[in-house]
Amino acid sequence: MRRRSLLTIADLDRVEIARILRVSNRFAEVMERDIKKVPTLRGRTIINMFFESSTRTATSFELAGKRLSADVVNVKGSGSSVEKGETLKDTVITLSSYAPDVLVIRHASVGACQIAARYTDAAVVNAGDGKHQHPTQTLLDLFTIEREVGPLDGLHVAFVGDIAHSRVARSGIRGFQTMGARVSLIAPPTLLPRDAETALGVSASTDIRDMADADVVYVLRMQLERMGPGGFVPSLREYAATYGVNHARLRAGQRVMHAGPINRGVEISGELADDPKALIERQAANGMVVRMAVLYDLLAEPAGATEPAEPLGAVAA
Amino acid sequence: MAVRLVQRPGAAASLVLRGVRVLDPAAGIDEVRDLVVRDGRIGGSPEGLEEVSAAGLVAVPGFVDPHVHLRTPGREDLEDIATGSRAAAAGGFVTILAMPNTAPVVDTAPVLKALLERGEQEAAVRVGFYAAITLGQAGRELTEQAELAEVGAAGFTDDGHPVSDAEVMRRALQYQRITGRPLVLHEEDPRLSGRGVVHEGAVATRLGLAGIPSVSESVAVARDATLAEYEGGRIHICHVSAAETAEEIRRAKARGVRITGEVTPHHLVLTDAAVESLDPTRHKMNPPLREESDRQALIAALTDGTLDCVATDHAPHAGDEKEVPFEEAPFGVTGLETAFAACHTHLVRPGHMPLELLVRRMGPDAAAALDLPVPTLAEGAVADVALIDPEARVVVGLEGFQSRSRNSAFLGEELYGRVMLTIAGGQVAWRA
Repeated sequence: MRRRSLLTIADLDRVEIARILRVSNRFAEVMERDIKKVPTLRGRTIINMFFESSTRTATSFELAGKRLSADVVNVKGSGSSVEKGETLKDTVITLSSYAPDVLVIRHASVGACQIAARYTDAAVVNAGDGKHQHPTQTLLDLFTIEREVGPLDGLHVAFVGDIAHSRVARSGIRGFQTMGARVSLIAPPTLLPRDAETALGVSASTDIRDMADADVVYVLRMQLERMGPGGFVPSLREYAATYGVNHARLRAGQRVMHAGPINRGVEISGELADDPKALIERQAANGMVVRMAVLYDLLAEPAGATEPAEPLGAVAA
Repeated sequence: MAVRLVQRPGAAASLVLRGVRVLDPAAGIDEVRDLVVRDGRIGGSPEGLEEVSAAGLVAVPGFVDPHVHLRTPGREDLEDIATGSRAAAAGGFVTILAMPNTAPVVDTAPVLKALLERGEQEAAVRVGFYAAITLGQAGRELTEQAELAEVGAAGFTDDGHPVSDAEVMRRALQYQRITGRPLVLHEEDPRLSGRGVVHEGAVATRLGLAGIPSVSESVAVARDATLAEYEGGRIHICHVSAAETAEEIRRAKARGVRITGEVTPHHLVLTDAAVESLDPTRHKMNPPLREESDRQALIAALTDGTLDCVATDHAPHAGDEKEVPFEEAPFGVTGLETAFAACHTHLVRPGHMPLELLVRRMGPDAAAALDLPVPTLAEGAVADVALIDPEARVVVGLEGFQSRSRNSAFLGEELYGRVMLTIAGGQVAWRA
């Protein structure tokens, strides 16, 4: 039987996202217990395939699987057959022969998870594919906003920074819109992709002062290799001065998000990153429970129809 | 010094097409009658000839494709002269010109001679070969074009790459006065294209793929049209994809520049909306599929003659090479076997272009643009005929391909128009 996959945030409608966020709440309660492990996915196998480096996504997926009592195996790009030139297709076919229930895939190329899904019956979860999508990041962002800020309906979220190279933004824009939020973009003109407004259904600006309208300011990581000679902006100094988000630019009541890792003093000031107005640490913590909910949702039988009963199974021995 | 076109020797065709619509707009022919081919030529007595019942079918001058990749030498696992020319015949083509971006590159006379010799053994239709403009297509030193032209090169091109250095392009245009052969240009500014893999536009923005802007093509054409004008040279622009480029060519022609242009069926039929599939087998090519406004501009340019002809840019690739994430896959789609059906289905049937015009642009006009023998159904001409059942439904790839590769942009699609018979250079080259 071929399982459902989560390849892009557009795979989920409003009802399905709401369901995953509700389940995330239940798992968040579990995390407050002394023993944080439940037997929910005992006997299931999850293979995490990280072809691109990752700290928080890889760790939180691994912990999410383990706390649900699934058997979790991690395959990395380096030190695996990928280094010997094996194609993604062959790696997926090989690992699928061990009959996993879920393949979690992080890959540097757009559409890698779509390719993988062709060659496996396991559920494929996109843990980031190039500049394309990062749906579990979007779910954890939605979960964080709901818990820390309030309902998404009618909320205004502004993405600030390198829109062009951001899968966090591309996923987030769609996910926030699905849940009724309004999205705007603020970026240097060189990092605002062509036709962004019509392609993404957002308003776009190159003036950092326009972030004043937003309820949530979502700061994007500025990748250092995009600076300097032949780059998209002349210097870190000018970028920080023109687009850096800091206390001086923040209006009262605004909250700040960032998917990490952050460049302190570039896209966000160190003081702001450490301020409770910034939800960065909450996002990281929520990442694990949301990924537990995603794994639960994909493996629940029948597909997605049930929500966990109270309590979430007995605490594992 | 003549362009050499080669074809394997074979029996001269002799048959009569009964009750066929004989359509050769360039020669002013459009009537339903019998078409006689005797001893490889049009006309003569039908007596004693094999009769082919052709009611409801259309006989047109065979198609000419100035832009195919036969992958020979070097990648015969993808295509060779025999399979590529058979694919051409199956698509109604009677003459094709092969690009020199092979391994080794066709940049010396011995390589070109070897290819011509192989073509004489293997080619089902007439095949000509381009040679490179620069050694190794590296864009630095000119090839020995006088000698290559003497051997019979069809023209000169670094297709696959632009000639980025304006000075090298200028020297090639000056040197063209010796050879008289067209310079066939893949136009792109490599810096503007960057690492782009799709058209820069809304689809690229949604998918997070690096874009190739339309202006990457049009600025290169503007430069080379200006240089050609200054040197009195003659250029042919490959696979025009953008509205801006068509406009540059239109302006250049208006001021008298000797410039011609071609457009592929996939750029005439598809847009970057198809790329949402993220399927590199069908939808990754360079130049990329662009927007609907570009597609409309290309159709208009082909109609008004700004673009002279259709060319397939037939580019075979192995399944394995294409079964990878979009960004990692090579550029290129096959096209010989679907060119007519795709254009007929998506341009003629919906009324964007009359059949008569498509037939001209795929045959006589393509030949004229590249100084090749112009196929015609006029009495006494060498028989170059494509017999078409325009309403026959074809599911692309269902019956396999004559090409060794199957990376068609139209794989799995339903198209209308089947080539029933191709006579190339007076020989039966294909029978469905």
